[in-house]
Amino acid sequence: MQITGAELFVKALLAEQVDTLFAYPGGQAIDLFNALYGVKGLDVILPRHEQGLVHAADGYARSTGKVGVCLVTSGPGATNLVTGIATANYDSVPLVCFTGQVPTHLIGNDAFQEVDIVGITRSISKYAVTVRRREDLAITIKKAFYIARSGKPGVVVVDLPKDIQQALGSDGYPQSIEIRSYKPNTSVHMGQIKKSLDCLKRAKHPVFLLGGGVNISRANEVMTALAEKTGIPVVTTIMGKGAIPTSHPLYVGNLGIHGSYAANTAISECDVLFSIGVRFNDRITGKVSEFAKKAAIIHVDIDPASISRNIEVDIPIVADAKNAITALLEKTPEFDFHEWRMQIDEWKKQKPLGMKQTGASGVTPFAVIQKINEIFSDAVITTDVGQNQLWTTQFLELTDQKQMLTSGGLGTMGYGFPAAIGAKLGNPDKDVITICGDGGIQMNIQEMATAVVYELSVIICILNNGYLGNVRQWQEMFFDKRYSSTCLRYRKSCAAACNTPSACCPEYTPDFIRLAESYGAKAIRVQRYEEIESALSEAKNTKKIPTVIEFIIEREENVLPIVPPGNPLSDMIMGGDE
Amino acid sequence: MMKKRWISLFVENDIGVLARISGLFSGKSYNLNSLTVGTTEDTTISRMTISLTSDDKTFEQVKKQLNRSVEVIKVVDFTDIAIHMKELMFVKIHGCSEHDMMKLSYIKEIFQAKMIDYAPSTALIESVQPETGNNDLIKLLESDFSGRIEVVRGGSVAIEAISFSER
Repeated sequence: MQITGAELFVKALLAEQVDTLFAYPGGQAIDLFNALYGVKGLDVILPRHEQGLVHAADGYARSTGKVGVCLVTSGPGATNLVTGIATANYDSVPLVCFTGQVPTHLIGNDAFQEVDIVGITRSISKYAVTVRRREDLAITIKKAFYIARSGKPGVVVVDLPKDIQQALGSDGYPQSIEIRSYKPNTSVHMGQIKKSLDCLKRAKHPVFLLGGGVNISRANEVMTALAEKTGIPVVTTIMGKGAIPTSHPLYVGNLGIHGSYAANTAISECDVLFSIGVRFNDRITGKVSEFAKKAAIIHVDIDPASISRNIEVDIPIVADAKNAITALLEKTPEFDFHEWRMQIDEWKKQKPLGMKQTGASGVTPFAVIQKINEIFSDAVITTDVGQNQLWTTQFLELTDQKQMLTSGGLGTMGYGFPAAIGAKLGNPDKDVITICGDGGIQMNIQEMATAVVYELSVIICILNNGYLGNVRQWQEMFFDKRYSSTCLRYRKSCAAACNTPSACCPEYTPDFIRLAESYGAKAIRVQRYEEIESALSEAKNTKKIPTVIEFIIEREENVLPIVPPGNPLSDMIMGGDE
Repeated sequence: MMKKRWISLFVENDIGVLARISGLFSGKSYNLNSLTVGTTEDTTISRMTISLTSDDKTFEQVKKQLNRSVEVIKVVDFTDIAIHMKELMFVKIHGCSEHDMMKLSYIKEIFQAKMIDYAPSTALIESVQPETGNNDLIKLLESDFSGRIEVVRGGSVAIEAISFSER
């Protein structure tokens, strides 16, 4: 039967078992939306901005393990996706983004709302392609889903010119696909597994370093079993947090520039670093030449290009994390690293993560996150970017029922709230909480309408310190306290240069409570320690509408410990009770 | 060790693949020297010959990054294997006296180049040589005909040698 390209598009989505489509219409996508009208089994979600849209698809994908699917129009619709595409691709999130495009005969003519979105996204996507012939449409969509979800997952952009959407053609959609230039390798080289185990047999102070790859491959259970069987302590990156439950006795903490003392010390002192699904980026290594200097390094990654790029690796294992971990679990003997574990526990006890109660109110980020830990047991927690993210990655407890989503690679402010919307759509029975700062929430606050109209009881925690706090912290610590463009309570009436926040500072704008209420959301402002728990409990019990909780925190609270730029991990500025 | 490297790259003959490959080099600050591309006996496949200057570690990364590109079918390292490699170059020499013309005909003989076009005061030389041969020829012509030469180079194309005694 002959059908239009737009009809085939819908057929393809259903064949790929897409149940949720994040979509914003426009002139060059109108045929696609026409074909979507009234289709059963496919929820079309209309966010309020394309950036919110793509982050929502990202949150949906990360929290469900399915491919997130976006549909936007050409030109500005497409360019508004760019930050979200880079965010998702950097963290290996599978997305397929469909963009409308001007008709093929107008491409290159500077037509209205024409941009070369394939050209723009080439370096920030896994694959990007314009469909130029109606007969290529089915195979291209099939290819897009396959590429997005296989190997190291990533973002695929499919650009659909209007005439292709309208053209009649075959209604066939392929069951499977073979791409000669794309053969992701997931199998494990058993020789390398054996080598790595031999290396462990000689070890006295080994550490597992787990990254996002373990979470992406959903290897959490086997990984916990592997840690238990080998008795090797586990350190995670921010993206790897939750790879084993954070309450597990073998769990040490996060490493990196805001890592825990025990984790960073364990990395600096270990003799075998068994790393899985990490990239060794600059936020975790500190000074590269000093990183894990005493250790033989084993590195499992699905992407050969991640191996020996930043850190020279002794035993490379190219494999899917779950396959490698399963193979290791099967072949490994049991070890006894009792003394080493005692040593690490000692470091944990010496300098635990925490936060001094600096202000009178007691509303500290630590206290807020502690309460979240207590109150929520089956939840997805997203973060924005900045201090809110760092505190969350330090203090949040994760179990196999609790997942954290964060923009680790690109570090995109404005990610947290829309990602939470996507996570809630994908996990309607879980509590979904986003922890944001007062800066980042304003970057996609328009999505409050989306949460309200789709009756999504997302809990939006705003840690309000009236500053772009992470940059302010750096200015305080490394730039002589010159608070350049970081105060969000600044008004024209203020002194041009000010680094002394006080009770006399101007009112914050917007008033988040009234703003949230005007959207139809519930809103609570918390200014005293005693109110934290009741506010969170009330939010948990609120159904069908989002709840905003604005926590007024100390203005100059810092994220500690911190490894100053250029320093080795062993050289940290501590906080807490030190 | 910093040195010149060669890669032969098999890619899908699709729109945008050249941009993806060249963009990879610029985006990641790899030092690209030359890149040629053309279709093969299978018109759905293009083959690129790429030369770059890098240290060993960066070169490993370049090969891996190329390999992980969805449109790349095969990456072959030509740096240390026996290959045939040639580059087409045209040099136009302006303002030639009769003496200059004589000199040019010696030079072309020695360099196994051809004079393929000619006017009373202008000559056009075609040279098909390994890159280094063309470099030498340009150097010589520049010293003798300074300010009067016009050069266009095609970039190298290379293929594996049949007999290993080559090169």
